[in-house]
Amino acid sequence: MPINKDFEILDHTADVGIIAYGADLKQAFANAARALFSLITELDDVEEVLHQDIVVNASDVESLLVAWLNELVYRFDTEAILFKRFDISQLDDTHLKARSYGEKVDSSKHKLKTGVKGATYHMLKVDKTDGFRVQVLFDI
Amino acid sequence: MSAPWKEIVRKIDDYRWEIPTSYKAGMLVPGLIFASEAMLGHSWQEQAFEQVANVAFLPGIVRNSLAMPDIHWGYGFPIGGVAATRVKDGVVSPGGVGFDINCGVRLVRTNLTEDEVRPKIEQLVNQLYVNIPSGLGSEGKIRVKEKELEEVMVRGSRWAVEKGYGFLEDIIVTEESGSMKGANPDKVGGKARKRGIPQLGTLGSGNHFLEVGVVDELYNTEAARAMGIEALGQVLLLIHTGSRGFGHQICTDYVALLGEAVKRYGISLPDRQLACAPISSSEGQDYLAAMSCAANYAWANRQFILHWARESFSKVFGKSQEELGMRQIYDVCHNIAKLEDYTINGKKEKLCVHRKGATRAFPAGHPDVPDIYRSIGQPVLIPGDMGRYSYVALGTEAAMKETFGSTCHGAGRVQSRGAAKRSLRGADVARALAEKGITVKAGSMASLAEEASEAYKDVTEVVDITHKAGISLKVARTKPIGVVKG
Repeated sequence: MPINKDFEILDHTADVGIIAYGADLKQAFANAARALFSLITELDDVEEVLHQDIVVNASDVESLLVAWLNELVYRFDTEAILFKRFDISQLDDTHLKARSYGEKVDSSKHKLKTGVKGATYHMLKVDKTDGFRVQVLFDI
Repeated sequence: MSAPWKEIVRKIDDYRWEIPTSYKAGMLVPGLIFASEAMLGHSWQEQAFEQVANVAFLPGIVRNSLAMPDIHWGYGFPIGGVAATRVKDGVVSPGGVGFDINCGVRLVRTNLTEDEVRPKIEQLVNQLYVNIPSGLGSEGKIRVKEKELEEVMVRGSRWAVEKGYGFLEDIIVTEESGSMKGANPDKVGGKARKRGIPQLGTLGSGNHFLEVGVVDELYNTEAARAMGIEALGQVLLLIHTGSRGFGHQICTDYVALLGEAVKRYGISLPDRQLACAPISSSEGQDYLAAMSCAANYAWANRQFILHWARESFSKVFGKSQEELGMRQIYDVCHNIAKLEDYTINGKKEKLCVHRKGATRAFPAGHPDVPDIYRSIGQPVLIPGDMGRYSYVALGTEAAMKETFGSTCHGAGRVQSRGAAKRSLRGADVARALAEKGITVKAGSMASLAEEASEAYKDVTEVVDITHKAGISLKVARTKPIGVVKG
């Protein structure tokens, strides 16, 4: 089933989930990261001023998705960087390498919306059967 | 999708409902939900019931997987869930504590009355907002070095008081005296430290708040007096926050680590967020040591915030601390795992009690209740949403027998944050609150809409159930007149 959107936001009583799509797994992981930052701020207000290289390892592909998103939560929380574009150069079930582009929070132009505490394993899905589709629930 | 609630639960009495082990293969004990029939009928409960059943899979779980009446759908554990596991052969689960380790509530009395505070409420709320860093991305006014952060991890409130933030009397009326034993900074990773250093002394965002409330109902005047709540119209201050990014990162790190341990110990779970390890294992012990560090960080955090709140009141009312009488009533956490003693089948047993959105509710006479409350029981603090009420209650012997000394922690969400934002605008929420005589200052209008009254159950219904079921007894009710939201 072809899907014409990058991601969607799932309602959950206490928290918030995302479903991200892609033609391949790299794109789905990149869109999941975009979805994460779309919860934190308006992506349109973010410019590509800096970039950071990120490497993440985990024991399986679902854990890798959680670890990837938690690494981004950590970088936002400690360095106040809003990322908007993710160029994933390597991705298999246990390893991810990406260059992430964005800029530091500037309160004069960025409106911060939701604080994300972390990505959880609840309702976690990495589906490779019919297009690529990943689902994650965040604690907010 | 899960089955309709009537097919899941069996009525025990008007306030107790059971999920039998036959509901789901793998449940080791039945689920026990404290709720009214009216509450159970809502569709938003069903996911939460499934989670109550899932928690019953945890190895070593004793008696019941419990749900308080403010239960709602969480991740892994339901929010409002309590699970006790045997220390000797049970597990500890970081998901049973949550990301915001030692999220909790601190209540402070004052000598002020509503008549004195109302004319200055706008000024007071603004002063609190300026004096106490809040909101997403905010940094604390105090900057600790890594070595000092380790002191905070081990000594909690006590460290803050020794640095001049508050009084020794505050510590006496804090759960665990504000510093939980067993904290070991060696078990806390570099990422948690990096998140923790700048955020110490901040309120945070989301559902965290400061509430200036007025006592509007007294149910037990004798107990209220013991707490320094003397009359209707008296002004109290409520502080609700936790361990900030420091605790979030410890949860993140240990859920990942224990996810691997689950495979190693051959534990089978229906939800990966329930990741756990035997309490006696090195992974389980390491988590408890790191969790205790975050608990202590949170107590220090609330201690700093209390100090700045006292300064704010002094400045606005031009009165000394003695004149204001801002004595702390109690501080209690509602996201924590604690090692506690219970009598199970006539035998004394050490249990690990996970309280995920549940408040400790120890009875009169319990050795962990401070001396000044020993004859009445431990104060239980139950914040509601910002438009309704908050409650003060007391722990009971019934809670010791039935709920491992636990009761509800708040109102409980019924509407998702997204739905609340779509149906309400922050400006309208602020206006509706103003019409009710509540002044609000919020870092973001979106967060205000997310936390609107409509998104929550009525806390009165929740507290009435715990009262009638006997697991905590009402003492006083406050209504808010001023709120600071992150």
